[in-house]
Amino acid sequence: MTETAGIWHLILGNLGYDALPTYSPVAATGASVVLLGALTLAVLITWLGKWKYLWSGWLTSVDHKRIGIMYVIVSLVMLSRGVIEGVMMRTQQAVAIQSPGYLSPDHFGQLFSTHGTIMIFFMAMPFLTGLINYAMPLQIGARDVRFPLLNAISLWLTAAGAALVMVSLVLGKFSTGGWSGYPPYTEMSYQPGVGPDYWIWALTLSSIGTTLTGLNFAVTIYKERAPGMTFFRMPLFTWTALCASILMVFAMPPLTVATLLLALDRYLDMHFFTNALGGNMMNFANLFWLFGHPEVYILILPAFGVFSSVFATFSSKRLYGYTSLVYATMCIAVLSFTVWLHHFFTMGQSPTINAAFGAATMLIGIPTGVKIYDWMLTMYRGRVRFTVPLLFSLSFILLFVIGGLTGIILATPPADFMVHNTVFLVAHFHNVLIPGLLFGMIAGYQYWFPKAFGFRLNEKWGRIAVALWTSGFILAFMPLYILGMEGMPRRTQEILQLQFTPYLLVAGAGALLLLGGLISLFVQLWISVRERHENPAPLGDPWGGRSLEWATPSPPPEYNFFTLPTVQDRDAFMWMKEHDLAYQAAPHYQDILMPRNSATPLVIGVAGFFCAFGLVWHIWWMAGAGFVLAWAAVIARSFVRNTTRRIPAREVQQAHRDWLHDIAGSRPIPRDEELTTRNLGLAEITP
Amino acid sequence: MKAPDRPDCCSLDGCATARRTGSHPRSPEHKRYPIPALRRLGRAFTPHKSLLYLLAARATTGCTMQGEGFLSPEGPIAAAERQLFFEVTALTLIVVVPVLVLTPWLAWRYRRGNEKAVYRPKWEFSWPLEILAWGVPVVIVSILGLMLWEKTHQLDPCRPLPSGQPPLQIQVVGLDWKWLFIYPEPGIATVNELAIPVGRPVHLTLTSDTVMQSFMVPRLAGQIYAMAGMETQLYLQADHAGVFLGENTQYNGDGFQKQKFRTLALSDADFSNWVETARQSDEQLGCDQYTRLAEKGLFPQPVLYAGTPPRLFNWIVQKYQTEPTPGCPQFTQEDKHD
Repeated sequence: MTETAGIWHLILGNLGYDALPTYSPVAATGASVVLLGALTLAVLITWLGKWKYLWSGWLTSVDHKRIGIMYVIVSLVMLSRGVIEGVMMRTQQAVAIQSPGYLSPDHFGQLFSTHGTIMIFFMAMPFLTGLINYAMPLQIGARDVRFPLLNAISLWLTAAGAALVMVSLVLGKFSTGGWSGYPPYTEMSYQPGVGPDYWIWALTLSSIGTTLTGLNFAVTIYKERAPGMTFFRMPLFTWTALCASILMVFAMPPLTVATLLLALDRYLDMHFFTNALGGNMMNFANLFWLFGHPEVYILILPAFGVFSSVFATFSSKRLYGYTSLVYATMCIAVLSFTVWLHHFFTMGQSPTINAAFGAATMLIGIPTGVKIYDWMLTMYRGRVRFTVPLLFSLSFILLFVIGGLTGIILATPPADFMVHNTVFLVAHFHNVLIPGLLFGMIAGYQYWFPKAFGFRLNEKWGRIAVALWTSGFILAFMPLYILGMEGMPRRTQEILQLQFTPYLLVAGAGALLLLGGLISLFVQLWISVRERHENPAPLGDPWGGRSLEWATPSPPPEYNFFTLPTVQDRDAFMWMKEHDLAYQAAPHYQDILMPRNSATPLVIGVAGFFCAFGLVWHIWWMAGAGFVLAWAAVIARSFVRNTTRRIPAREVQQAHRDWLHDIAGSRPIPRDEELTTRNLGLAEITP
Repeated sequence: MKAPDRPDCCSLDGCATARRTGSHPRSPEHKRYPIPALRRLGRAFTPHKSLLYLLAARATTGCTMQGEGFLSPEGPIAAAERQLFFEVTALTLIVVVPVLVLTPWLAWRYRRGNEKAVYRPKWEFSWPLEILAWGVPVVIVSILGLMLWEKTHQLDPCRPLPSGQPPLQIQVVGLDWKWLFIYPEPGIATVNELAIPVGRPVHLTLTSDTVMQSFMVPRLAGQIYAMAGMETQLYLQADHAGVFLGENTQYNGDGFQKQKFRTLALSDADFSNWVETARQSDEQLGCDQYTRLAEKGLFPQPVLYAGTPPRLFNWIVQKYQTEPTPGCPQFTQEDKHD
């Protein structure tokens, strides 16, 4: 009997029937949803006969546009799970006042951990990476990123991490240590299960992907800009993408190191962060937040870039204070590395250290404030149109500054001593993440959707989304500021103070509104797809855009531009439109060399997933096989000679002619008709 | 201080209700408190009834929420931190309010369709506005920075409070999911009940015998982490008598939400009585009891111990710094360094 048990242990590691979530009906429901969802998707694709299309068009694509869209899809799926988890926690807190509620403490612990981990690593990062992937190469007049294959590898590694977190719903339990995973709580002596291991390996996969993405984007922006596009002629979105990418390159390694050292503690009985034998938990806090603070600027800078684009476009005006905005962005990027200690002012440092980091934190408020004023001044003397992206942006400004205010409060150590680790802190970071990051991402999604798919999104449902997200955020998080000042800690499964009830009920209602906001986005998508022939925008410029991505058809051809543009001005495309150079046939066309599809990135992602899964469950053969397979794929790829395909010049010329023919046959429409069926994507030049 | 007999519509009785009758099967028996005020504050009531009471009281008497946070400070540290909180908020509002006021106005005035508004599509820079946009925040942040520097040093948790009396030394051990308070001078200890004399500074030295925790009594002072193998410090003082909420704010597992304790700020006479009550307690915190105490579990009612082994706190800190971990008998015999 022992021998067979031994063999099973070799094959399956620590996996057993007890890994299934039978401990709670809520958990079992979550697992069932995941399994059912995966199954339904597979059945649907089979029934529609789309596997081949999926494989050749998407899964093996190295086109930055396709990769960008896939990133956003991953993000929206994970956003759904993250929002549901948030709603579950809010409703638990609304009912568990001197009562156990419906979630056990352990389950609640998993929920806040997955919620944070998913929202940061598998919703926010993929969303911004997807938007940058899609728009940035177009904005700089490039055909693709510098390393298309690496781009796809990053995508599939991120997807592998997301898949690992989804699998944790079905097999085993996730960590209860929060998204920050502080030891010694996450050490083996306190958490012997698979939870922290899921967290560690999901983050490792994702952080490797992100580091590679940062490298890729930075080199692309340095090297692939169209002729005439100097640094100070790049769109602000590209600037923020550049700064975010540099942050990615320098900020992800501390996380990878911190999680790997924790893994060494857990797997090999080392003592980097344990209580005893020389371990020091404070090192983890420092390493993690050395990553963690730049991380939140990675999250917010691309959102700021979106707002810059949106305010300028929908005010029909040049972006105010471009140079200031560029310097402000760079200041924020640099300063973000000097403030990490403000995440643990209460850990017992000397007051001088606390004060130094507090002062540095306040400094970041200066360039951020400048950006806000500059966006307001962009509207000043403009002609503002209240489209959905702009409505999200207005909501952002009004709500984000409250988050900034509470950030300044938290940057003051003695004030922080009172509200650290309370729901005041939770309210603050949601205050900057939801109106800041999420509204920026959603605005970007609404803004660039017509470019990517050739039709606009339904405006009415977009407005409903604005209303629900804004009101939901206010109701769900403003009460938390008050509760935090009353001493309510974060991550609390049960509340013992009755007087918190009204606030928690309001917060619960807000969470439901946020859920409504999420649903409204999907309703909008559904209706828009159904009505896509009523809102077509194939000619490429539905909003009167100012930057180069609008100088292409919608969706753009694989190679982006028929001929590479020459840039004369900061608002490159607007300049071309004003000088009648936007829709001109080129004197001659060249063959275009584009990278071929490749299965290597997908193989690496899948291999990475199995390596991580094997590590989590101590299935050593699987971990080893995954690792070897990933590297084998890399080596095998290096033997592939035929990595590009040639698109003949006449094909390019024909495609260009077709587009120009459609342009010539259309009436340029004024902004008044922007949201009507008549807007096919050709803009009148006068506002 | 509120008269203890008045039914308090906003009592903080959510935390650590102390049942005086019977003994909970898990916790040891405890002494009844001789002090009437504390007895009344320990009443329990059903959530349903109290919610109605609360809502009715707020609607009719205009009773304000008797807060447990730093907005209702009861000591100089909390009062100073509250003051700073408001000052920082007020200064920052200087840069925030214009945004809140001007943004809707700008969007509305310069909306497409308002022909009266000037339209300058190429206007993108103005030196005076730049100087203002950078300058005002720089000035505000400079002022805030100076305030921050001074106040952070002033409100350093390790900084002794000015007073004629020497501080009362209390050692705090964070456990899962309770707090152990050791009073080296009177030689007593308690679980989940921190009694301090009014008007005298208290010097807490903290550690943990488990994971990282964060100790906070919001009405008296800010929080400080408690970590195994290390000692952190906190000075606090209560200016008035009362019962205040204390808690752990750093998540440490399944019992985290119930890791609350009561802080009793007592007059000198009441404090002496309390110490005496503890000294007469049947419970001793010996090695076995401590080992059991350190196991994971909740403590619904506070317990007072008449005595602790010498240098218990030091042993708890030191055991993470020696290999192998010294066992229980050793600390009663060996005298580890301070």
